Amino acid sequence: MNDSHYCPHTPEEIQEMLSAIGVATVEELFAPIPAALRAKTLNLPPGMSEFETFSRMQAISGENRQGMINFIGGGFYDHIIPAAVDHLSGRAEFYTAYTPYQPECSQGTLQALFEYQTAICRLTGLDVSNASLYDGGTACAEAAMMALRVTGRNKIVVDGCVSPFSRQVLKTYLFNLDVEVVEIAPQNGLLNRAELTALLDESVAAVLVQNPNFFGSVEDFTALADQVHGAGALLIGSVYPIALGILKSPGETGIDIAVGDGQCLGNPLSFGGPSFGFIAAKKSFIRNMPGRIVGETVDRNGKRGYVLTLQAREQHIKRHKATSNICSNQGLCALRGLIFLSSVGKEGLAELAQLNRDKAEYAKAQLSAIPGVTVLQSAATFNEFTLSLPKKADDLVTGLLARGIAAGVPLGSYYAGAENCLVVTVTEKRTKKEIDLFVKELEVALCN
Amino acid sequence: MQLIYEQSVPGRRGVRLPASDVPPAAALPATLLRKERAGLAEVSELDLVRHFTNLSRRNFSVDTNFYPLGSCTMKYNAKVLENSAALFAPYHPMTALLPGGVALCQGTLGMLHDLGKMLADITGMDEVTTQPLAGAHGEMTGIMLIAAYHAARGNRAKKKYVVVPDSSHGTNPASAAIAGYEIITVPTAPYGDMDLELFKKAMNDEVAAVMMTCPNTLGLFNPHIKEISDIAHSHDALMYYDGANLNAIMGKVKPGDVGFDVVHVNLHKTFGTPHGGGGPGSGPVGVKKELIPFLPQPRIVMDGDGTFQLEVTNPGSIGRTANFFGNFGVMVKAYAYMIMLGREGLIQVSEQAVLNANYIKEKLKPYYDLPYDMTCMHECVFSASKQLAHGVHAIDIAKFLIDKGYHPPTVYFPMIVKEAIMIEPTETESKAVMDAFIEVMIEAALTAESNPQALHDAPLTMPISRLDETKAAREQNVCCAW
Repeated sequence: MNDSHYCPHTPEEIQEMLSAIGVATVEELFAPIPAALRAKTLNLPPGMSEFETFSRMQAISGENRQGMINFIGGGFYDHIIPAAVDHLSGRAEFYTAYTPYQPECSQGTLQALFEYQTAICRLTGLDVSNASLYDGGTACAEAAMMALRVTGRNKIVVDGCVSPFSRQVLKTYLFNLDVEVVEIAPQNGLLNRAELTALLDESVAAVLVQNPNFFGSVEDFTALADQVHGAGALLIGSVYPIALGILKSPGETGIDIAVGDGQCLGNPLSFGGPSFGFIAAKKSFIRNMPGRIVGETVDRNGKRGYVLTLQAREQHIKRHKATSNICSNQGLCALRGLIFLSSVGKEGLAELAQLNRDKAEYAKAQLSAIPGVTVLQSAATFNEFTLSLPKKADDLVTGLLARGIAAGVPLGSYYAGAENCLVVTVTEKRTKKEIDLFVKELEVALCN
Repeated sequence: MQLIYEQSVPGRRGVRLPASDVPPAAALPATLLRKERAGLAEVSELDLVRHFTNLSRRNFSVDTNFYPLGSCTMKYNAKVLENSAALFAPYHPMTALLPGGVALCQGTLGMLHDLGKMLADITGMDEVTTQPLAGAHGEMTGIMLIAAYHAARGNRAKKKYVVVPDSSHGTNPASAAIAGYEIITVPTAPYGDMDLELFKKAMNDEVAAVMMTCPNTLGLFNPHIKEISDIAHSHDALMYYDGANLNAIMGKVKPGDVGFDVVHVNLHKTFGTPHGGGGPGSGPVGVKKELIPFLPQPRIVMDGDGTFQLEVTNPGSIGRTANFFGNFGVMVKAYAYMIMLGREGLIQVSEQAVLNANYIKEKLKPYYDLPYDMTCMHECVFSASKQLAHGVHAIDIAKFLIDKGYHPPTVYFPMIVKEAIMIEPTETESKAVMDAFIEVMIEAALTAESNPQALHDAPLTMPISRLDETKAAREQNVCCAW
């Protein structure tokens, strides 16, 4: 009878329940579905035991190549994850709970999210954060829509140095709206500021930049923020939280809305998800923020507690007038981000960021010492940089993959004329030995 | 409880970082650097572990409490699903996008493809994209696919409206609005479904889509669904199926067979993946073949020889709705759930979910007003209107339940039911658990008559009593001051 052992009833219990309802069979309960509409087939395979299921999942996982040495980033990064992150986020009281609509029995989740919002505010140097969005790309789109609402304008200017994936998500979100998205082609891996100046007019709601950008370049956007504000627009910055351990914060830069992907904060690569998107902004924009926000308050006895607040922005109250359609977010991944940040800590995040830069600078120096290989950007970089190679990057990457090295992201698919460019990422997990091996393998590949 | 920041002591560390094995880099220019460190907590590993362990104990969860939160399908989440997801932690998504990379990712790409096939079978669709990251994200993606379909037929300017019943989830109109449509709302008839006559009047050739949940948020299956689909199609409007309530109908009826063109599925509801305190979910979208050309990129396709490839250059595609392949780890869990339960297991899931909801409905009917008194599917919706006569609201009953160790049902939704109490037991709860819950619900009803103040005072056993939500909204204190 029990094909699913997760359905616990015995046949006797089912009979008792049917009698209480006043029907003879379970099938009678499906009578409201007209007979002509009933499903005729279901072709799924028969079920299996837990052991067989896990064995099957192991086999599937084994069909992917294991043990690659990663020099790829592109938005997802291979960073350390303290053991405590898995154990604490693996507490079933966190992961089998749902949205904390009933605050009295959800203070664990609510306080954790308040602490998460605090971490994001302190990291970005901005005033308010929500309780997470889906990912970095959708966070860019949500920030753009927020800027459209705030300014009442209808154009978004996007630096072409922003991740091509995030730019595509942004365009998809806006494609059926009366909004114009204008992209500025990169100039040697940097924002083309002259073109931006020419584009900035009273129709522009926001300018979207990324720091470090997809090429790995680090830019100071402080003057840009003044320029954008002078035109009555908002500056949206997509940022890399690990880099914020040392890099100028969005708040210090004058950025109005900071967004990014939180995968690097304690979430595994997991073939692209789940991670979380974050969004932080100046306080004046709080009522235009998308998604859930946790606020501090007191209970009837004056005791401090946490609750979902400003829900009048949200879809379950405002329906089609909501600031966003988001309901489920990525709360558990945001919790992992908080535990990661609290584990690494204030000094630790700065050290971690510095370690990333040290490793990347070492790799950059070694790789660019190979004859014919140069670094594309003259600008500073963090843990990613772009190499100009004497051959097509696609061919080199294919060859190195066979040698167990994921050498980087070739730019030819994303930027016309960049066929010889390769973005290399070096996190704290890459050892000098692995970097040296990569240098040697690239040298050999270039000789062939 | 103290905040983690209130336990912070300068110099404390929760984890030791790897030592550097390379020379230090030259300093970056000061204009690029932050002036002071980000004010993160500084705690020992034990401080960290105690803090978050103790925080977790302030939550109700499926693993600790019955959680009959209507519309959310809070079923038990099998532990082997967690173990399965961990197997895939090391795989970088960019690997698949590198030249020659798909050959290294046949396991993950094949699993996504196979998951799509199974979901297509259950929903009666022709192809599924796994990219959408949650239910509402699936809705938005689905409506964008519909927009692209109309645009490709030269009807972008003409198609302005999306029709939703007033009982719909708030995400439906919100998702359609995000995708650029104006909303037409159709009221619910006394028989518990969208009013058919008013629906007919609302329809015209400018309607792009009709969004429905079936069974609807009252837990009722709409017997006119095929007629509604036919009317929509006669106006060249497409039918969108909100799969939030799919747990009721697996193997019983397929949305694709009754006229739906686009479906989203909440893997975190029907397919056994945990809700994570609010997410991550996963909202794959299935479509009929006419909409395949518009599916998001990269699209996973199977070659004639059984290898999986990524299609990344389809000009008709709506583009990307997420950076990579969706919430992959969630899909691993859903996939493991589906192959473990199999065909018969999934059918049994729906049967027992419906059995359990009807059992609770019948048992509580004498004590609570049941505005739509008929056979329900996976959930039932009561009203606390009888209790309101004693000054007791649905929220008071909810708080009383918390004191008794039950997560409350969904209250005040659907909005069309005054003082709504929406109960979804799911198939994984035993009769004993439901009987105990029924007893407590009856006790609440009796207490409402005898001692309403006791309900107003609840909860008394939690770390905090009822919170001042007005103060929270007024002060907007959303981050701990430095």
